[in-house]
Amino acid sequence: MLFENYNPMEKKMFQIMNQEGEIIEPDLMPNLPREVLIKMYRLMVQTRETDKKALLYQRQGRMLTYAPNIGQEAAQVGSAFVLEKKDWMVPAFRELGAWLTRGADLKKIYLYWYGNEFGSQLPEDIRILPVSIPIASHLQHAVGIAWAAKLQKKDEVVITYFGDGATSQGDFAESMNWAGVYQTPTIFFCQNNQFAISVPRASQTASETIAQKAIAFGMPGILVDGNDIFAIYVATMEAVKRGRSGEGPTLIEAYTYRIGAHTTSDDPTRYRKNEEVEEWKKKDPIDRMRKYLMREGMLTEEEDKTIALECASIAEEAFKYVEANGDIALEDIFKYQYKEMTPQLKEQMEEYQQFLKGRGEV
Amino acid sequence: MAVMNLLQAVNETLRQEMKRDDRVVVFGEDVGYEGGVFRATADLQKEFGTDRCMDSPLAESAIVGVGIGMGINGMIPVVEMQFMGFVYPAFNQIICHVARMRNRSRGRYTVPMVIRMPYGGGIRALEHHSESTEALFAHIPGLKVVIPSTPYDAKGLLASAIRDEDPVIFMEPKRIYRAFKQEVPEEEYLIPIGKAKVVKEGQSITIISWGASMREVLKATEMAEAKGIYPEVIDLRTISPIDGETIINSVKKTGRVLIVHEAAKTNGVGAELVSIINEKAFLHLEAPPTRLTGFDTIFPLPKGEHHYIPTPERIVNKITELVNYLT
Repeated sequence: MLFENYNPMEKKMFQIMNQEGEIIEPDLMPNLPREVLIKMYRLMVQTRETDKKALLYQRQGRMLTYAPNIGQEAAQVGSAFVLEKKDWMVPAFRELGAWLTRGADLKKIYLYWYGNEFGSQLPEDIRILPVSIPIASHLQHAVGIAWAAKLQKKDEVVITYFGDGATSQGDFAESMNWAGVYQTPTIFFCQNNQFAISVPRASQTASETIAQKAIAFGMPGILVDGNDIFAIYVATMEAVKRGRSGEGPTLIEAYTYRIGAHTTSDDPTRYRKNEEVEEWKKKDPIDRMRKYLMREGMLTEEEDKTIALECASIAEEAFKYVEANGDIALEDIFKYQYKEMTPQLKEQMEEYQQFLKGRGEV
Repeated sequence: MAVMNLLQAVNETLRQEMKRDDRVVVFGEDVGYEGGVFRATADLQKEFGTDRCMDSPLAESAIVGVGIGMGINGMIPVVEMQFMGFVYPAFNQIICHVARMRNRSRGRYTVPMVIRMPYGGGIRALEHHSESTEALFAHIPGLKVVIPSTPYDAKGLLASAIRDEDPVIFMEPKRIYRAFKQEVPEEEYLIPIGKAKVVKEGQSITIISWGASMREVLKATEMAEAKGIYPEVIDLRTISPIDGETIINSVKKTGRVLIVHEAAKTNGVGAELVSIINEKAFLHLEAPPTRLTGFDTIFPLPKGEHHYIPTPERIVNKITELVNYLT
């Protein structure tokens, strides 16, 4: 019903909680106990604090290029929260909240951004693919994983994240099309944060909404307030249900805003007005949920401060660990190209090791 | 023992591997109901059903990209590019993901996939249907590149490729798909990837080739033998990783090398072979390691293609030149 009621062609945006943290669609409000709500809130705060620390470390020259998530925490946490352990997540590179929600170790996440491949080697029971940088290319992997699940009769759904810019890529069209033809249990989750580096959403597509692109591929699409964690949660839940019951793929457009830079190498003041950013800050997803929780008597000022401090210290500890354990062993550069090193790789590695040995650098 | 051509050997191997391991799935354009434009996948859908042998939407990038996901989630996809000339939309997937997933995830995720593609000229086809661009793949770390030259090799190499835990680009020389038949054992057998084969022993000169060109090389060898020149012929079989050892052992014996390939000359696999020989057998050389290849042009349309592919006559001419070098 949800998808019928919010037809993307009518540009209707699904919202449960408004900017002031008031519930405007009580009938659709998910019935979640306090501890679950606090868990969601905490994950958003952990995402924010992790970002803030990462940006600080980057400025101090201790961290490499980093892509911050500020403003998009509800979209990430609210959607990933719906998935079960057996489900899969196929990320792009701005989904920290979803990684944390799915149980990825922050040490691993920092290790990746610190410049070490072992950051992408998650334990077997956490089904998250590595960061994928070529835009929209990973959507095809999400379709493949979902198709394999369907063919092998495994009860698994796959969520894949991408931005508004990704919808201009051929891989987006090919993936949506394939998912439609073979009715794969794939959830295409677009974080429309209004910018692809410097290029605004209006320059990516003449479609009124991104959600409406679903129609051409024979699947439902829905436009959701991306800063409303409850609407995101409910929309994703509906999409997951569709996937699990064999009804196929869904496209969700989470309408949000990238408050920060594209990455630490980008200066957004060159291409957008500060007033626009300030307007969006008023819609901050964390502030919104905090207002709700406090109004409902589920969170005090004191508790809120404690959560923020705890999250900041978790981030600090994780980064300290990474700084002490982040180096790469020479052999690891060669070891993972193939299951077994080729004669060429062995020869190249040994020659270099000899060189280092000669200089006393081993 | 059954007698079959290269195309039938490919079809038979796919059938055997699908029977052996139900994780093996086959898909691509026209691959299902139709059995492929060359019939390499003929009757597989009938035999194994639409969940094992599928028609894909007409999207090369997605054929590979979707295959990656299937490989990650427990299947062994054997996908077909209808012609090598149509693989280029899939380059992003092949180079950025197929070749890297193992390294990127430090072994957590792998892509045990085979990308099959008919390649090469000589079938009087339209543009884009005659390419030999193995060098493009051989330059990419993380991929293996395999090319059979006989029905027997096609079976043993394709079975190895499907069982290999790393991704394999499997190029099929379509000019000889139906050119000749050979006895091929019905039972399973594997030919190791990464090993070249000395097809014919000799001492005058080493000739290295692969794929469809092997036929011209062997014809040229007979012509040379009639003149009292006895070439040693090596079928490279695997383009990446190259079997340097077999090549070097042969060159140390003969001191002379001719590399014959259909692909364009400059920056090709032949150049890599010459480098290996220079680095490892320099003091054994009695003539400059030499290439006889396609030209650095686009493969000509049918009226011009007979000029492009090295013929036995041109090969013998080069052999004679090299054998008489400084003597």
